[in-house]
Amino acid sequence: MVLLKLKFPFQKRVRLAQGLWLLSWVAMFSGAITFAMGVFLKTELYRRSEVMHNMDIHIVPNLLMAVGLASVGINICAGKVCHDSLDLSRFPRWKTFLPPFFCISVFFSSLLLVAMILSFALQASLEESLKIGLKNGIRFYKDTDTPGRCFQKETIDRLQIEFQCCGNTNYRDWFEVQWISNRYLDFTSKEVKDRVRSNVDGRYLLDGVPFSCCNPASPRPCIQNSLLDNSAHYNYEYQTEELNLYSRGCRQALVSYYMGLMNTIGPCVLLFFLLQMSILVSLRYLQTAMEGVLGQENMEIETEGYILEKGVKETLLETKEKMMKLFQLAQVGDASDATPGTEPEAEKPATA
Amino acid sequence: MALMKVKFDLKKRVKLAQMLWLMYWFSVMAGVLVFSMGLFFKIELRKRSELMDNNESHFVPNILIGVGLLACCLNAFGGKICYDSLDSTKFAKWKSILKPFLICCLFFNFLLIITAALCFAMRIPLEYTLAEGLKNGMKFYKDTDTPGRCYMKRTLDLMQIEFRCCGNNNYKDWFEIQWVSNRYLDFSSKEVKDRISSNVDGKYLMDGVPFSCCNPSSPRPCIQQQITNNSAHYSYDHYTEELNIWKRGCRDALIAYYGGMMNTIGILVLVVTLLQSAVMIGLQYINTSLSTLVNPEDPESESEGWILEKTVKETFTDIMAKMKAMGKGNQVDEGANEEAAATDS
Repeated sequence: MVLLKLKFPFQKRVRLAQGLWLLSWVAMFSGAITFAMGVFLKTELYRRSEVMHNMDIHIVPNLLMAVGLASVGINICAGKVCHDSLDLSRFPRWKTFLPPFFCISVFFSSLLLVAMILSFALQASLEESLKIGLKNGIRFYKDTDTPGRCFQKETIDRLQIEFQCCGNTNYRDWFEVQWISNRYLDFTSKEVKDRVRSNVDGRYLLDGVPFSCCNPASPRPCIQNSLLDNSAHYNYEYQTEELNLYSRGCRQALVSYYMGLMNTIGPCVLLFFLLQMSILVSLRYLQTAMEGVLGQENMEIETEGYILEKGVKETLLETKEKMMKLFQLAQVGDASDATPGTEPEAEKPATA
Repeated sequence: MALMKVKFDLKKRVKLAQMLWLMYWFSVMAGVLVFSMGLFFKIELRKRSELMDNNESHFVPNILIGVGLLACCLNAFGGKICYDSLDSTKFAKWKSILKPFLICCLFFNFLLIITAALCFAMRIPLEYTLAEGLKNGMKFYKDTDTPGRCYMKRTLDLMQIEFRCCGNNNYKDWFEIQWVSNRYLDFSSKEVKDRISSNVDGKYLMDGVPFSCCNPSSPRPCIQQQITNNSAHYSYDHYTEELNIWKRGCRDALIAYYGGMMNTIGILVLVVTLLQSAVMIGLQYINTSLSTLVNPEDPESESEGWILEKTVKETFTDIMAKMKAMGKGNQVDEGANEEAAATDS
């Protein structure tokens, strides 16, 4: 039982070939756009790689880039096949090429769906990676003289300014770490000695935040120090003050930024996947319709096109048998390699 | 003696027409580019019009937009003429318009050169506008409760962060104005009363700057208050401290930004002028080569093309003579009188 049989008169074949040729050009550009989107996403992830603990999320842009490149090649081939299908003398050379071509194309197109699913599935991993990365970033904020960490301060400051966020979960994360380097603390002063002694690890902790947490939209000049002390500032109440610092945590800001990017890329990738699959289906119809014409004298006869010659189940069984045969041939080849060893031995006694 | 005479056969004419048609399409796109650059420049000026006292001159971007549109139209028209030049019947209807069109193109080229010069020269008035605007902007920094000025603080803060600058000329400009609103000053405290009574206008002045002046590259947390007091901070010397706050003034930063933009646009307009001149010369060649066919009936005959029919000097004297003739058209009586007087004497 043939799967989805359609009749194709000559005009319909010609129009199918022409439409498909045009569509393959469109799909080629879509493939290039997918590649560009992958590159863009990778660049954006790479820019903030200092506050990310692991690179698991990079698989999404990598997949997009690979599929984009592959689809450019696939669609160029599809266009060429369409172009040649109008000329009966040139079409036969594609005969052996097309079945593996279809398998590879379907595989790459399904990778698009995989990329989309992964972009949602890896959100938790991204959040965890950012949590650890930001925690380390805030811890090493003060180490501006340690090689390898001296740019951590600048990175965190610029991150907080650009994404309008403060700290990991919120601004109180800065109260739990010492973010002022010991080089700038006067250890002879009473205040410093008190603070250092007030906790087990001997850290200089204070209820203050760096300047990069300040919100420019606040109507009053930024209050960075003694944040929890209402009496330290005139007309100030930290419980109701909303605009002084950024209220969002950087982890949440970054996660929503990247999720926003991937949610924008997602529908485009889905559209592209649908386009690619429709091209492959139409190409299959064209191939099977042209196969009916091959070997005939008159090009303008009506032929039938189908997706699968037999039903899905039967085709799967056939493919399995073919693979088993190929497998057995390989094994027989091994076996026949073993037998020449025994044959000369059998001949030897004969000759001897 | 014609200027730069070239012999043309049919193949050469066809090739010239095709190449010129392609170049006209490039010129249309160049016109679109000039238009979009003018639009971009206009938007950038409007974005920061608060810092320019809202009276910045939009003359240059408006001219760029107009020139871009005009270039598109002229070049599209020229491309059509090129396309028709391959068919002698179609070309016949354009023949009469061609000479005025070429003169239009010449004037357009001069307009382009003037536009480019304006782009480079606009830097100077912009500098004055920015200086005034920034000074006033800083004065209104504290007025976050005055309608119409309540966003000045945010605008200035974001500008100082984005352009990595502090104050008008440098950070000391903040010492001369009160940038803390009175709503957040405790007038019963001694410190505030001292500062206010220390100057004539009763302003709360201090040697501190807003947080947006802070430089993230500094190895130490930002010192914003008591900047000139070395003893207020541990291990601090404000004479040698370079990285704490931005050293550059915002006027210089904005001038550099807009100046760079205008230089780029000016260079682009000059390139478009060159392209425009090239297509104009090409069209003149097509015009002359199609009007000097050896055998007018046979389209495959040879012809000659040139830029000017006579040399530059002779053409110039011809034009001057024509203009004098037009000018003297109303003064024929006077001329006749002069001649009569000359022959008499």
